[in-house]
Amino acid sequence: MTAAPLHFAGERLMLDPAGALIWPEAGLLAVADLHLEKGSSYAKRGMLLPPWDTRATLDRLALLLRRWQPRIVVALGDSFHDGEGAARLPEGELARLAAMTGFSRFVWVMGNHDPTPQAGLGGHFVEDYVAGPLLFRHQARRGAEGEISGHFHPKAAVPARGCAVSRPCFVTDQRRIVLPAFGAYTGGLDVRDPAIARLFPRGGRAFLLGRDRLFSFAIGPR
Amino acid sequence: MEGTLPEPFAGWFAGRGWSPRPHQLAMLAAARSGESVLLIAPTGGGKTLAGFLPSLLDLHEKPRPGLHTLYVSPLKALATDIARNLTSPVAEMSLPISIETRTGDTPANRRARQRETPPNLLLTTPESLAVLLSSPGADAMFAGLASVVVDEVHALAGTKRGDQLALCLARLATLAPGARRVGLSATIAHPDAIAAYIGARRRIEAPDGVPPAIAMMLPEGRLPWSGHMGLDGAPEIMERIRAAAMTIVFVNTRAQAELIFQALWKLNAETLPIALHHGSLEVAQRRRVEAAMAAGSLRAVVATSSLDLGIDWGGIDQVIQVGAPKGVSRLLQRVGRANHRMDEASRAILVPANRFEVLECEAAMLGVAAGELDGDPPRPGGLDVLAQHLLLMACSAPFHPDAMYAEIAASQPYAGLSRGDFDDVLRFVEDGGYALAAYERWKKLFRDSEGRVHVRSERVARQARMNIGTIVEAPMIKVRLAGKRGFGPVLGEVEEYFVNLLSPGDTFMFAGRLLRFLRLREMAIEVAEGGSGDPMVPAYEGARMPLTTNLADRVRGLLQRPADWHLFPEPVQEWLRLQKRSSRLPGRSDLLVETFPRGDRWYLVAYCFEGRNAHQTLGMLVTRRMERFGMAPLGFVATDYVLGIWSANQPTDVARLFEQDILGDDVEAWMADSSMLRRTFRNVAVIAGLIERHHPGAEKNRRQVTVNSDLIYDVLRRHQPDHILLRATRADAASGLTDLGRIAAMLARVKGRITHMALSRVSPLAVPVLLDIGRESVRSGDDEEALLAEAEAALVAEATGEAEPPGPTSNVPAIHRRNVERGRRRDAQLQLFPRRRA
Repeated sequence: MTAAPLHFAGERLMLDPAGALIWPEAGLLAVADLHLEKGSSYAKRGMLLPPWDTRATLDRLALLLRRWQPRIVVALGDSFHDGEGAARLPEGELARLAAMTGFSRFVWVMGNHDPTPQAGLGGHFVEDYVAGPLLFRHQARRGAEGEISGHFHPKAAVPARGCAVSRPCFVTDQRRIVLPAFGAYTGGLDVRDPAIARLFPRGGRAFLLGRDRLFSFAIGPR
Repeated sequence: MEGTLPEPFAGWFAGRGWSPRPHQLAMLAAARSGESVLLIAPTGGGKTLAGFLPSLLDLHEKPRPGLHTLYVSPLKALATDIARNLTSPVAEMSLPISIETRTGDTPANRRARQRETPPNLLLTTPESLAVLLSSPGADAMFAGLASVVVDEVHALAGTKRGDQLALCLARLATLAPGARRVGLSATIAHPDAIAAYIGARRRIEAPDGVPPAIAMMLPEGRLPWSGHMGLDGAPEIMERIRAAAMTIVFVNTRAQAELIFQALWKLNAETLPIALHHGSLEVAQRRRVEAAMAAGSLRAVVATSSLDLGIDWGGIDQVIQVGAPKGVSRLLQRVGRANHRMDEASRAILVPANRFEVLECEAAMLGVAAGELDGDPPRPGGLDVLAQHLLLMACSAPFHPDAMYAEIAASQPYAGLSRGDFDDVLRFVEDGGYALAAYERWKKLFRDSEGRVHVRSERVARQARMNIGTIVEAPMIKVRLAGKRGFGPVLGEVEEYFVNLLSPGDTFMFAGRLLRFLRLREMAIEVAEGGSGDPMVPAYEGARMPLTTNLADRVRGLLQRPADWHLFPEPVQEWLRLQKRSSRLPGRSDLLVETFPRGDRWYLVAYCFEGRNAHQTLGMLVTRRMERFGMAPLGFVATDYVLGIWSANQPTDVARLFEQDILGDDVEAWMADSSMLRRTFRNVAVIAGLIERHHPGAEKNRRQVTVNSDLIYDVLRRHQPDHILLRATRADAASGLTDLGRIAAMLARVKGRITHMALSRVSPLAVPVLLDIGRESVRSGDDEEALLAEAEAALVAEATGEAEPPGPTSNVPAIHRRNVERGRRRDAQLQLFPRRRA
């Protein structure tokens, strides 16, 4: 696993191929769109998806915490697939999450899927989180600077040898970084979709998640 | 003979100058003795009338209300057409018989009425039958059923739709034990298996009609070495269209249909009405084309398998098959679309697209002449279809698992179903069947104190009925013309992967039009007509069907008998003679493997003739072993006939590369990561109801409910590798996309008979596969990483001035060249966003 350095808003950040952003100087790690308990959320509606999505997501998060040992973990919203997600956490996963929130300070940015604080979790809940020149929020807004967000689940397809390889990706320009979704059952939205493209009117870069490293591609202006 | 028909039937037959055919009378006799029966008759043999005649007679003798005969057809259009054809004799003989159809198009009020007061004869499809059987009143509706007629049963048996129908037939046998079954089939390779499928002990066979007149037509000038599109033949095809009143031009893929259609229109100076018909066009458009055919207002239709089955248009006087026929039975089915009369030969012309296809066409014509049919015998029923069925049955009425198991095991596709598998499927439907009991609260089924299974709520039942069906399409994106205000009409659908290859301004051919890509929006792409430059053509996954075993065997036989080579055109004879001189010819039971150096690489070409799917898998297996032997394989390409592999080091000890133990224990685990397995899982998950296609009230926001099946597959595989759906996936893939069964049979057959020819240069037979390199690609987890790295490196190298943009490859056919070039251009300057307009 090789993380890629990125200079942004005067700070040196690292993009981890697992889909997390790290700010080494502040000891901060950010992930977006965990969508915990998406499986049980679907089960409620009649689709009995395999129930290990929370476990799989927390497995990957635990690896990241071990690798980077962050003091602060910022979850950029939609951490749970719905408002009652935390209440449905299986006991084992709840305990694991408690251990994580005991080890690092968790900042739960609230998203559209989980717009209110969830009971029984460590850490604290915020609308936005400001740290130095950086602004962490769920969904990017126009005119922001130094903004780090999630929400869109960006993915990009790269044509290669007549076929296209599609992967979740970070999307960046001078002003903002949009993180890929981290949850085990989270699909993606193509970066060409107007919802994402209009955030990057002058183009930028997409960092596609690979197994061991990121793949970087320029994206043209709108 | 007419004497055996009572009035008014005898009179009606006589009035049209007809006399009942022997097989029609035999069907009547079978009905009188209450026997279930399979009727095998060629097209135009009065098959459908033979199926219905006993019911008409019975209802004439003993008129009664209620459902008497259920007719099931694989096609909605066929059901509608048969209803129309039955209505006139019934009216002319003033028979007291009501006839209605019931399909997805039937309005809700009529459906409700049909449940209350069903017609005597109900004509429907497997899916609509499943809906009927899932409703609470099913037992009352079908209790008095006397007969079930399944039309085109050969097209259903062995498919997932056929599995679903078999389960529905088993249910009908419980609801109406007295009902007899009638199967109607075209001539088939495995009549016993089809008879067993329908549950008929008796078989009635009508005499064959006049054998079809099939000829091969070669393009003027040179005979292509490779390529599957057959565009070189367009001028000759156009000539034939001009000379006939109505032609169907059959092709093998939707992409080929678009290209041939364009090629014909370029030559269509007199603007003859020539239409296009394939499965990705908007339904309304397809119906318009079919109506125009029926009205006789077309001169030709370019079609894919979307017209293989269907109503009898009568006026078609020739069929042209462009590209390889792939199987004798398939060819006969297509040829049978011309001239639906038994006493005249159907006329057909084969237009091979390359040299190997010339061999295949010749072999297919010999197969037709010898009456040797092909196709695999039906495989065991799918567990995913069973899951869907069990939920639907619970929606209809509570059942006891023991009784349900007995009912299902009585159907032929599920005769071998173990009780353990049945229970696992039932548990999957109940609560997901996971090792982690997480969904107690959201179970779909519950059991009462007597052990009977009930559906949990009306909401679950409603959701189940919304998701009936076993046909699963790849993720598709609608193609919409941009209108002046907002959206214009939808033209059809293309696969998501194709959209990923497009950037704004790119042009592509679709629905017979030249379109320009404007933008992507959620589930649709917006396009405008017109544009310039070489257009791309959308292709569809799994579109090409593999060569059948029988036909492959005939091709091998032809190669071995130089005495028969006079059948081939001179360039092909010359090609084979050259091969014989410079290497050798593949034998009927051995495996010829050639190796030779070329440029800075080594090539290995294996002449297996086992079809693309099998070769694809074999390529993965053999390259893995080459990797282990240090031969540094670089890639491979699979065609229907051969497998070609290129490597950095010389392949030696070739026999060991094709030993049976390449199918070792870890193959399944390792295959599990392949795109073939992922695709198969998606289908299984959708059919079994794990992933819903439709969700109440969710049509407007599909992104909210669609889940990515790959992600689910990964999680399930890690946490419960023996889950019933993963078992179902592996079983499906083994006989389908990975074709492991066919590979195993081949490796066993050629054991000890591998002929290795170490050549100094490429052999004549190997030329086509070398030309195919670069066109075909195989994807697995590792390959994707490599492709991404390659695309990224190309960009960096060019930006730093270390590399020139690569030039075009000369041996790639024009249409693919365009796709390849676009890929390259974008490697150099990736445009993920729309370009700014100047």
